[in-house]
Amino acid sequence: MCGIVGLFLKDRSLEPKLGSMLTDMLITMSDRGPDSAGIAIYGAEDGDKVKLTVQSSHPTEDFNNLDNVLSQATGAKVSIRIIDTHAVLEFSDKQAGEVRAALVELRPDIRVMSAGDLVEIYKEVGLPKDVAERFNIPSMSGSHGIGHTRMATESAVTTMGAHPFSTGMDQCLVHNGSLSNHNSLRRKLRREGITFETDNDTEVGAAYLTHKMQQGSNLGEALESGLDDLDGFYTFVVGTKDGFGVVRDPIACKPAVLAETDQYVAFGSEYRALVNLPGIDNARVWEPEPATVYFWKH
Amino acid sequence: MQTLDMAEVTLREVNSKLQAQKASTNQQTWEIVNPRGSHAIACGLDGPIEVTVLGSTGYYCGGMNKDATVHIMGSAGPGVAENMMSGKVVIEGDASQYAGATGNGGLLVIKGNASSRCGISMKGIDIVVHGNIGHMSAFMAQSGNLVVLGNAGDALGDSLYEARLFVRGEVKSLGADCIEKEMRPEHLAILADLLSQADADARPEEFRRYGSARQLYNFNIDNASAY
Repeated sequence: MCGIVGLFLKDRSLEPKLGSMLTDMLITMSDRGPDSAGIAIYGAEDGDKVKLTVQSSHPTEDFNNLDNVLSQATGAKVSIRIIDTHAVLEFSDKQAGEVRAALVELRPDIRVMSAGDLVEIYKEVGLPKDVAERFNIPSMSGSHGIGHTRMATESAVTTMGAHPFSTGMDQCLVHNGSLSNHNSLRRKLRREGITFETDNDTEVGAAYLTHKMQQGSNLGEALESGLDDLDGFYTFVVGTKDGFGVVRDPIACKPAVLAETDQYVAFGSEYRALVNLPGIDNARVWEPEPATVYFWKH
Repeated sequence: MQTLDMAEVTLREVNSKLQAQKASTNQQTWEIVNPRGSHAIACGLDGPIEVTVLGSTGYYCGGMNKDATVHIMGSAGPGVAENMMSGKVVIEGDASQYAGATGNGGLLVIKGNASSRCGISMKGIDIVVHGNIGHMSAFMAQSGNLVVLGNAGDALGDSLYEARLFVRGEVKSLGADCIEKEMRPEHLAILADLLSQADADARPEEFRRYGSARQLYNFNIDNASAY
């Protein structure tokens, strides 16, 4: 199974409530996948600063004095915000390469969840309610966000196997389904120089999209070519810096409901996830068509 | 009229109450408020009662229905009226995938659109869809009638047995062993009756009939190399 929720706000007055609305939607989907949960949230932009959301299984040691260590090693001014097992590092985008290289060298056990101007990704093993509480997701504001609750089928229940997966700067992907050609596709992408953290099928889907975009496709085109190259079952929801997209495989057996009002576009694996949204009774509610790319942009 | 509020009582209590109503009941009309997309609402009903659901439902609403009439005022999630035996299920909005799957009897009316696999493996149920249906509808359908006022998606009636398919609009493609067939007077009579029962504004003459070419019924030695 797996449960997906997504919210793309058109009405800026709802932005302070994004985290609490998404959390409520995600908790409703708990019984579709109770083993791990994650959320990608697109918050406020801070000048020319870039955000790196990182995770460690030993946060006390790994995050200790990390801002100063990185600042000294690179000359960049790095700030840190620690939230449970995750931390958000912020620094000037001009020094992004040096900071990431120093991070790998100085704290090799730290994993990068996401990088971008806006996106922060938080994910852990556990129920959506507990994961959302650990990271205080309900207090977060933002313009759009995507949540996922996982029932693992293709790889182990680990933090890194949880969704969302980052697919490049300010991009993220969540998946309900299972890809059947992920091993052969992973081998192909490895030959192209792409590295993988897990044996997870969705990570291959995310890497595939990143690779296509590195070759010059935009997200819509990358999703279109995925319809030919990705074999298996999938409902994907993707986020970009200013956009939000949905695509289902041609068989479309993984459920999906979209709702749109003047205030928002919302996605749920089931209608249940949407029932507390404002004005849902008068929203346009529909099931996205198979093999069709839907995309909204701010 | 009896009212069951799902903000107050559990799904199990709602279904136990409704399932306890047999032919002799004097509590014949029920309404369910605050369904909020819950699963398995009004499943396994076993008496001639009328149930109105004020809102949209999740998976399997009206499943295994016998004799009852279930009216959904919103849209229905996957597997609505799955394995219905008799009675009637009416949906004012859209239905998600595999509506009426494996239904043995009764009438399923969808006033909006139905998505993929509508009437998959139907075994005697009648289904009338006022809008369109998605791909792989009536896959392996065995008997009963599927009537579609709008269009049908890809692979309609793939591996069909003896169900009758009537489509007024366009069929994107026919599945394996499904062909267009002549419309005879008895088919027009069946259609007229179903359209009237489903409050559908259409004339039988506007439809085309599709059915099985019966080429997949027996093993054909020429296909041996395919296995």
